[in-house]
Amino acid sequence: MSEPILAATDLVKTYKMEDVEVRALRGVSLAVHPGEFVSVMGTSGSGKSTLMNILGCLDRPTSGSYRLAGREVSQLGRGDLATVRNKVLGFVFQSFNLLARTSALENVELPMVYAGVGGAERRERARHSLEKVGLGKRLDHTPAQLSGGQQQRVAIARAIVNRPKVILADEPTGNLDSRTSIEIMALFQELGRSGITIVLVTHEPDIAEFTSRVVMMRDGKVLSDVTQTPVDARAALANYKEGDV
Amino acid sequence: MNIFSTFRVAVLALLLNKMRSFLTVLGIIIGVGSVIAMVAIGEGAKAEVQRSFDKMGTNLLVIRSGSAQTGGVRGGAGSQPTLLWTDVDALRKETQYVTKVAPSLRQSVQILGEGKNWTTSAEGTTPEYFDIRAWSFQYGGPFNDQDVTSKAKVAVLGGTVVDNLFGRAEDAVGSSVRINNVPFEVIGVLARKGQTAGGQDADDVVLVPAGTFAAKVQGGLRQYLGGSIYVGAASAEDTRRAQVEIQSLLRARHKLRDDEADDFTVSSMAEVASARQEGTETMTRLLAGIALVSLLVGGIGIMNIMLVSVTERTREIGLRMAIGARPGDILVQFVIEAVVLASVGGLLGVGLGFGVATYLSTEFGWATKIDPKIVALALGSSALVGVGFGLYPAHKASRLDPIQALRYE
Repeated sequence: MSEPILAATDLVKTYKMEDVEVRALRGVSLAVHPGEFVSVMGTSGSGKSTLMNILGCLDRPTSGSYRLAGREVSQLGRGDLATVRNKVLGFVFQSFNLLARTSALENVELPMVYAGVGGAERRERARHSLEKVGLGKRLDHTPAQLSGGQQQRVAIARAIVNRPKVILADEPTGNLDSRTSIEIMALFQELGRSGITIVLVTHEPDIAEFTSRVVMMRDGKVLSDVTQTPVDARAALANYKEGDV
Repeated sequence: MNIFSTFRVAVLALLLNKMRSFLTVLGIIIGVGSVIAMVAIGEGAKAEVQRSFDKMGTNLLVIRSGSAQTGGVRGGAGSQPTLLWTDVDALRKETQYVTKVAPSLRQSVQILGEGKNWTTSAEGTTPEYFDIRAWSFQYGGPFNDQDVTSKAKVAVLGGTVVDNLFGRAEDAVGSSVRINNVPFEVIGVLARKGQTAGGQDADDVVLVPAGTFAAKVQGGLRQYLGGSIYVGAASAEDTRRAQVEIQSLLRARHKLRDDEADDFTVSSMAEVASARQEGTETMTRLLAGIALVSLLVGGIGIMNIMLVSVTERTREIGLRMAIGARPGDILVQFVIEAVVLASVGGLLGVGLGFGVATYLSTEFGWATKIDPKIVALALGSSALVGVGFGLYPAHKASRLDPIQALRYE
């Protein structure tokens, strides 16, 4: 098997809240190989958000090692972490987090702005990226003019535009109706087939069905880690009837 | 992130809140506007003073006789004639820095013309005087050296005198007037100068050749010159040198011992002028100081709104950080936003300042002068205010924790 793209070993994260120490992660080890589509599940307080923050280089573990694309990143400074997030990772959030009153095209261009890509190339790549998620005809629409599903597609276009190795999605379907959720999952499956590694946090078992591996968290530890055959989202859509799922 | 895109992001962010942005920069607009207007008024006043001294003749020295002393009572400058007619020649020939010399004998006279009379000041002098005092002519021309030696009875009238004697100024030249009952032919009318720096009417004067004046108007002082001597030099620098030169020459000519005081005084118009200039300059600085304070107040307004903006856009900052903005990128973005805000305020302020200055000069006839240097300075300092007061909010933004910021509601 190939070298893992994402290798966390014995991650511990402790928060100090006034006098109380909160141990959000109590030794989590996780290895994800290129092309895997992993869902992380767990109740709130299980430590899944903390794990995602560390995997997303938004936070640093108290102890433990985290290798991302072959590089130890657990002790990098703020500036270097920003560069890693920019070049290696793509983010998709529950609440989309698009810039209001800014066109879809410009929203997608944003990561390249920080990567220092020139204007013409930026526009070209952003357009290509939006076409990939099926929004080639809505380049100039602002978030307010788009539906929730379309907004999440813009966010996904933004996440893939810098050609990341890993996409981290935090409850990406949490604000969407079930049909749109399946559409988004179909898009993720498509991206997965093109070789991108995806780690997704969700608390909906129905959503986890579409992924190839389910990691269950509880009390800051991995409870179970199961590889499965994912349900094909395209097929699910074809059979979809209102009230189903 | 390159500067151009940062700039664009800043401008777009500001345009999203047009009214708020405008109100924020109002302080800067008023600050810069008042700097421009205040300094324009100050500079205008300064230029006005300079102009009035220029009209009087610049690089000018006046030599006056010493004072008479009778039983301990000193008579004041000019009360004792100590200057000699030969001093005039000596000043002309034996000095290096003096370029023009002219005596000025003054006396109050009554002048008659076309059946009207007027009491004015008659001045006996030589043709060089017109140069030294920068007099020009409205009609006719000056008398010449020949007129001075031949004691010709010709006169040049100032505008006020013409007004009081003649209906129309162009009728004056060629007509005859009587000065202290002596008939003179009018050969020229001086162009008007208006008020002197001292507030007197510079045009209330009759100029006649010095020889004629001594013989027909003033009468018998023989070798003494009953007035003062005007001296012109080539430049301000030369005027100072000439002053020293004149002093030593006249002391030697008047045979004064080292322990004796000068029996004459040499005063420089430049000194008077520079004293005046200093006055207006102090005023300008004071006005500019007040204006700068209002610029600072404007800066505090910008800081305030930038802090609000950072709080409002916490999620946006979090997102930008998540997708790869380094803390420095965020810092630069907000500083530039503050600078753009302040600079736009500065530009509008310059416009306001121009407007106020133009209004004051057209509506009230105030002299105003807009100095490009001050405009540049005002714009520069408003941009600087933007950097200064934008730095703290920008720093705050750049230190945000991306996780907290993304979750911020």
